[in-house]
Amino acid sequence: MREFGYRRAVDVPGAVALLGADPEARYLGGGTNLVDLMKTGVERPGLLVDVRELPLDRVETTADGGLRIGSTVTNSDLAADPEVRRRYPALAQAVLAGASGQLRNMATVGGNLLQRTRCGYFADPARPCNKRVPGSGCPAITGEHRNHAILGASEHCVAVHPSDMGVALAAFDAVVSYEAADGPGELAFKDFYLPVGESPHRETALPPGALITAVTLPPAPVAATSRYRKVRERASYAFAIGSIAAALDVRDEAVREVRLAFGAVASRPWRARTAERVLTGGPATAEAFAAAADAELAAAEPLPDNGYKVTLMRNLVVALLIELTEEASR
Amino acid sequence: MAPSTSSAITLTVNGEKHTLPVDHRTTLLDALRDRLDLTGTKKGCDQGQCGACTVLIDGRRAVSCLQLAVAAEGREITTIEGVAQDGQLHPVQQAFLDLDGYQCGYCTPGQICSAIAVIQEHAAGWPSAATADVRPAAGVPALTADEIRERMSGNLCRCGAYVSIVRAVARAAEPAQAPPGTADASVGPAGSGVAA
Repeated sequence: MREFGYRRAVDVPGAVALLGADPEARYLGGGTNLVDLMKTGVERPGLLVDVRELPLDRVETTADGGLRIGSTVTNSDLAADPEVRRRYPALAQAVLAGASGQLRNMATVGGNLLQRTRCGYFADPARPCNKRVPGSGCPAITGEHRNHAILGASEHCVAVHPSDMGVALAAFDAVVSYEAADGPGELAFKDFYLPVGESPHRETALPPGALITAVTLPPAPVAATSRYRKVRERASYAFAIGSIAAALDVRDEAVREVRLAFGAVASRPWRARTAERVLTGGPATAEAFAAAADAELAAAEPLPDNGYKVTLMRNLVVALLIELTEEASR
Repeated sequence: MAPSTSSAITLTVNGEKHTLPVDHRTTLLDALRDRLDLTGTKKGCDQGQCGACTVLIDGRRAVSCLQLAVAAEGREITTIEGVAQDGQLHPVQQAFLDLDGYQCGYCTPGQICSAIAVIQEHAAGWPSAATADVRPAAGVPALTADEIRERMSGNLCRCGAYVSIVRAVARAAEPAQAPPGTADASVGPAGSGVAA
């Protein structure tokens, strides 16, 4: 591991100033991803700016009835928060589906959004990877890609984003607040992650050196009837091979409002807006759910070894929406 | 000027303060084992995947292999060497002994530290991925075998002693066995309690 300096930030402007003064500096949250990547040489920062003690560790109800989640709130505290569990249960479920109790105690909300892909080629500095070394190539396209993207990928990168939490945030139209050298700003979740295109190494729309300060969930009554379902190769403590966050409001057997987002299928949490449009106002039936899933997945471009994800996601959409329909009718 | 790559830090471990110079690259795990001679905490994968290095930081379980020592300054660290009180084994230690919650024993310190926290987290009302309904109105789930397996899934046991580990955690979680202070619905530092 490369040697590095360490500074503990005491306020947000101070943290941002430290980053701005050193192009090789990185923010340190829980370290559950960054420290691991430093051990393998994927990340080689010259300075760590520890932001864990910044006063950004609260979950608060906003004036309009949404929730503002500070960026240093741990995954554990987020999933345990009574308001999160009551008003956005799929978010609590998504966080609980990720990692282990130990890692959730360490990991922060801001760090979760910025965690890197678990693509094996990205993790191995001896292999080419356009995300790690721009222009070096993507061996996954012709190599090991069973768990890679079926939606929104490019010829330059087919890696998936590993976050569970982000899938629920995508479904609930989260807004990411940040502090940059020239002041505060915010990004809608749909604009937070950049399309892969020709620059898979550029993952977010955050300005250089910006510090995520909060994630805000707007009020969403539909989210009270929501669930997260994760499929993985073992029962616990593994990354998803496919996941879904869904929220549903059914009245008189018709879909009044629906939210759908997919995980582990794209370079970012994938909001299934096409499926939502197909469903809204239509019947809440298994046939309609399947048709909506097919409409969303018509854009899928599976590789030779990950076509199973198309079937998996279709089945997840149908199963979860049936469950939510039954819950709504109770 | 390049920033300094080492610092003199003070770690609070099992109630004792230790001042030591550390290269910033030093993990808490390596500082405990190699610098403070607290070798009860074990190094398994060193990548945050096996849980053998689990310790309690400010009362919460964490993997010490991904925790930089310099970033742990000012926090209360409890290792397996510090969980017994006044010569009495911690109830979780006693349950692992009584019910054979191990085979080779290498993962056991991490399993026990994790289990201590699992019981506190459950007492505080935290749901898990095995909890059918996470909404507060659904109440706190019973600490069933399914719940224990899910909550302990961050601790791997290569010997496969899981069946006994689950029994030991369940035994230790029984009210009569619970150590003082676990029923106050708080986990970790003051103010972090989660009333369900």
